[in-house]
Amino acid sequence: MPTRTLTPGTETVERALVIDPGQRVPGRASGFPLRREGPAKLTGAAKYTDDLVFPGAWYGITIRSTEARAKLLAIEPDPDVDWSKVVLATAADIPGDNVVSLIKDDQPLLVPVGGEIRHHAEPVALLAAPDRETLRQLKGRIKLVTEALPPVFDPEESDHVFAQYEVSQGDVAAGFAAADLVLEGEYRVGHQEQLYIENQAMIAVPGEDGGIVIHGSMQCPYYIHKALKRALRLSSVQARVIQEETGGGFGGKEEYPSMLALHASLLALKARRPVRMIYERHEDIAATTKRHPAIVRHRTGVTKDGRLVAQDIEVVMDGGAYCTLTPVVLSRGVLHAGGPYRCPNVRLRGRATRTNTPPNGAFRGFGAPQTEFAAETQLNRIAERLAISPADIRRRNVYRLNDTTPTGQVLRESVAAEEVLEQALGASLYERVRERTARDAAQRRGSGTIPAGTLRTGDDRTATGIGLALAWHGAGFTGSGEVHLASVASVELTADGRLRVLTANTEMGQGTKTVFPQMVAAELGVRVDLVEYAAQDTAEVLDSGPTVASRTVMVVGGLTILAARKLKAEVEARNPGVPFQEAYRDDAQAHGATRIDQQFEPYPGVVFDDETYLGDAYPAYGWAAAVATVEVDLDTAEVQVRDVIAVDDVGKVIHPILCEGQVEGGTLQAVGYATIEEIKLQEGRYLNDRLATYLIPTALDAPHIRSILVEAPYSGAPHGAKGVGELPMDVAAPAVVAAIHDATGVWIHELPATPEKILAALRAPDGGGARRKGAAAA
Amino acid sequence: MPAEPPIDSPRRLFEAYELLAAGSTRPIAGGTDVMVAITGELGPIPERMLDLSRLEELRGISLEQGALLLGARATYTEIRRSTVCREHLPALVEAAATIGAAQIQNRGTIGGNLANASPAGDTLPVLLAADAVILVGGQRGEREIPVADFFLDYRKTALAPDELILQVQVPLPRGRSLRFRKVGTRRAQAISKVVMALAWQDLGSAGWKDVRVALGSVAATPIRARATEAVLEGAGPTPEVADRAAETLAGELQPIDDVRSTAEYRRAVSARILHRLLRDAGGW
Repeated sequence: MPTRTLTPGTETVERALVIDPGQRVPGRASGFPLRREGPAKLTGAAKYTDDLVFPGAWYGITIRSTEARAKLLAIEPDPDVDWSKVVLATAADIPGDNVVSLIKDDQPLLVPVGGEIRHHAEPVALLAAPDRETLRQLKGRIKLVTEALPPVFDPEESDHVFAQYEVSQGDVAAGFAAADLVLEGEYRVGHQEQLYIENQAMIAVPGEDGGIVIHGSMQCPYYIHKALKRALRLSSVQARVIQEETGGGFGGKEEYPSMLALHASLLALKARRPVRMIYERHEDIAATTKRHPAIVRHRTGVTKDGRLVAQDIEVVMDGGAYCTLTPVVLSRGVLHAGGPYRCPNVRLRGRATRTNTPPNGAFRGFGAPQTEFAAETQLNRIAERLAISPADIRRRNVYRLNDTTPTGQVLRESVAAEEVLEQALGASLYERVRERTARDAAQRRGSGTIPAGTLRTGDDRTATGIGLALAWHGAGFTGSGEVHLASVASVELTADGRLRVLTANTEMGQGTKTVFPQMVAAELGVRVDLVEYAAQDTAEVLDSGPTVASRTVMVVGGLTILAARKLKAEVEARNPGVPFQEAYRDDAQAHGATRIDQQFEPYPGVVFDDETYLGDAYPAYGWAAAVATVEVDLDTAEVQVRDVIAVDDVGKVIHPILCEGQVEGGTLQAVGYATIEEIKLQEGRYLNDRLATYLIPTALDAPHIRSILVEAPYSGAPHGAKGVGELPMDVAAPAVVAAIHDATGVWIHELPATPEKILAALRAPDGGGARRKGAAAA
Repeated sequence: MPAEPPIDSPRRLFEAYELLAAGSTRPIAGGTDVMVAITGELGPIPERMLDLSRLEELRGISLEQGALLLGARATYTEIRRSTVCREHLPALVEAAATIGAAQIQNRGTIGGNLANASPAGDTLPVLLAADAVILVGGQRGEREIPVADFFLDYRKTALAPDELILQVQVPLPRGRSLRFRKVGTRRAQAISKVVMALAWQDLGSAGWKDVRVALGSVAATPIRARATEAVLEGAGPTPEVADRAAETLAGELQPIDDVRSTAEYRRAVSARILHRLLRDAGGW
């Protein structure tokens, strides 16, 4: 959507859709701005990348390996084809380094002849033509000559380690010696696909200066900018990246867009014309990154009254064929692996290894949903063994002010774990419902209704269960990440008297375009519709870092507030006695433009040592609790998640409706993760790489979600916000699994908790005896 | 990347027969299966297509002489909205309601579901359980194929290349009950893991007769479970009979592991949903 240049009193369509703060209007949007890009999206006027027209543009496609691991000996285009009418690009055409620049330089943008193919969907060559029919015909006429190599699919058997971490506090052996109960557990989670509505899409337009302009769907324009400079040997000016309307990301458009932008650019430079690379859904699912599968092993020591005295946790993540962001995903996973609980003796170990499957990468939660599912299920199992309510065991262990985390971080402020827990318990009537489900289960047990090892049905068709989970999520980048990024965000009073916010942070449906102007307008004391949001174009905005890690509002939003404050102070200093909102237009006329570039400064008192992994892993944490109610069909083990109470402490709520939207979306994505979303693999290839077979919840599968927002502000951020995007994703899955246990008596240790797994657990020989102990005692 | 094979749109049935007889052409009605294949990614693109959308003879749902007649082009939406279907074959309405999304139901047809012959076709067990007869036609004339003889092998049917499905005829014997149950991965837009239809006529003290147990997604084609039917024939829906029927069904089925489910789950759940249907019928 174009930036707006409204003067007060002008009536336009856009104007009519903006509601002034404080103005009462019917409906829930009262007092808060409506989404800036909302009208364009609702009316179909919004232009996504595939909607953009570039005269003379060709279409590009990717020729991929079909083997999980092989040496590439030759690329042989069919000699009977006239290749002069099209453009074929291989690694030999890359002007700069053949790497997709990210953490490590291990991933080529195209496998070179003589190089190693490391997964079945790996790009080997690119083809561009004026029309798609030509591409369809020629796609199969390029032969890859390869020599098969033995692939590795099991991350625990791989000897190539991308990253490993060990964090410890206290004396774990002594902790176990002092424990009344030691419980072990192994938990597994599989791949998850982000499934943004808009597929990956990039258009590369060659410039007269030998450079490239990228138009595309993305989260991080400057990641692509950096990748272009490196692989294509372009200057900062020659590489220009423009984000177009983006239909969802969820982490899936953090790293992969760099690969696709490079592919489109390579073809565009060779064809000397714009090239469009728009993935179809099948290719998008088959080739782009997924959430990392993980194996998490817990050994936990507790006292009789349920106090944690020792945690020994091992995390193994499957990185896939290339490093991508794996070390940081693993790091966050390991740092959150113990859950939001005080424990004096802790050892957390993690490693991520290479397998011959497509690379895994960023996905909402970024390692934490994997390890927190394990931590919460482990704690719920402990509660069952000790015959303590899941609520009480949390009350006894949950982090409070001044507790110390496994990295030695003292939680000095903004700790709302108890608050979110109690809110969730109260709103869900947790204990009362649990008493009822326990009573029902006891009756069913008497009537033999839960069918262990039989083909019979029982009296009851369904069983209801309730489940609780708690989570924490480190706000912003891990460790010294933000310090290294040194982001810059700007607020500008232009010479013609307009107000603009300039950042590289993207709108992908979550509300950046709405809340940034809202925060700046509030700071400046002007109407929100007078603040423009500049395009995410590297030629126009500075690098304010990627739109990831729930950092946008917290970190970059904080920078825009600081910049607005400085702008206000400067203008008011030049116009003594006149408030900013009355002074700025005249000030612009008299003094020209004023632009404040606000660089990130480390949060006060936050120190982390990247070498020892000790210190303040995050400046603050968000806290979340979820209570899920499920209904399990006792004949088929189908699970319907009926209700989720989601309580999230985000520090400061900027825009309640958008914030609730994040909680609802994250919760539903977690419900899908918990129940049905699953990638099945065969020889390193995804078997269900289409929408017919990779299923996510429909509207009918969505539970009723009640979101309760809690504010425990973080003092280091000017507004107190701690981020919201990922937090709800961490907590709902273990709550659903706990509810399934409450309904059926079986623990599912591996996500998703499919009916196949539940029925198998119910029918297991020991299923009948062991599975009801907790409920019987409760 | 859709290719565009040449397409004929006859207005009269004999013209369609001529085109079919003239050579390889792929009939298209709602296109919900054909259009997926047309990208060429999932197999060869049809050389030529035969658009059935102008053949009015293939439309309509009616009740004639104690049978429900469904034109091959009757869509799932039409079936859902049809008063005669709702009154006389509610199980088919239930099945139609579980297929795809509203858009698919608006386009997809019962003739297409038969011709596509997917083992997971959700209306097919209902047609099997209801002893439906499929009227097909071509230049060589018309013939009737009992639906039990229609599915030959995985996606292979008794329909000859020069024939068209014209109509589905469902007899409506007095006193017949027919139940439907589908188990899918999610509550809408899911291809079934197991789909079942159970039909019987209750003779009171003489037990059940003409029992049909039909299933989808448990074999290469939609099937009837004949051994299980034999257990139920002449018996009543008592707990003992239900147990025996469930065990027989579990023994009779040879499902497979695939991307949607496991053999083990399909076998157990088929038995259990049959058990539940019998339990409901018996009222115990």
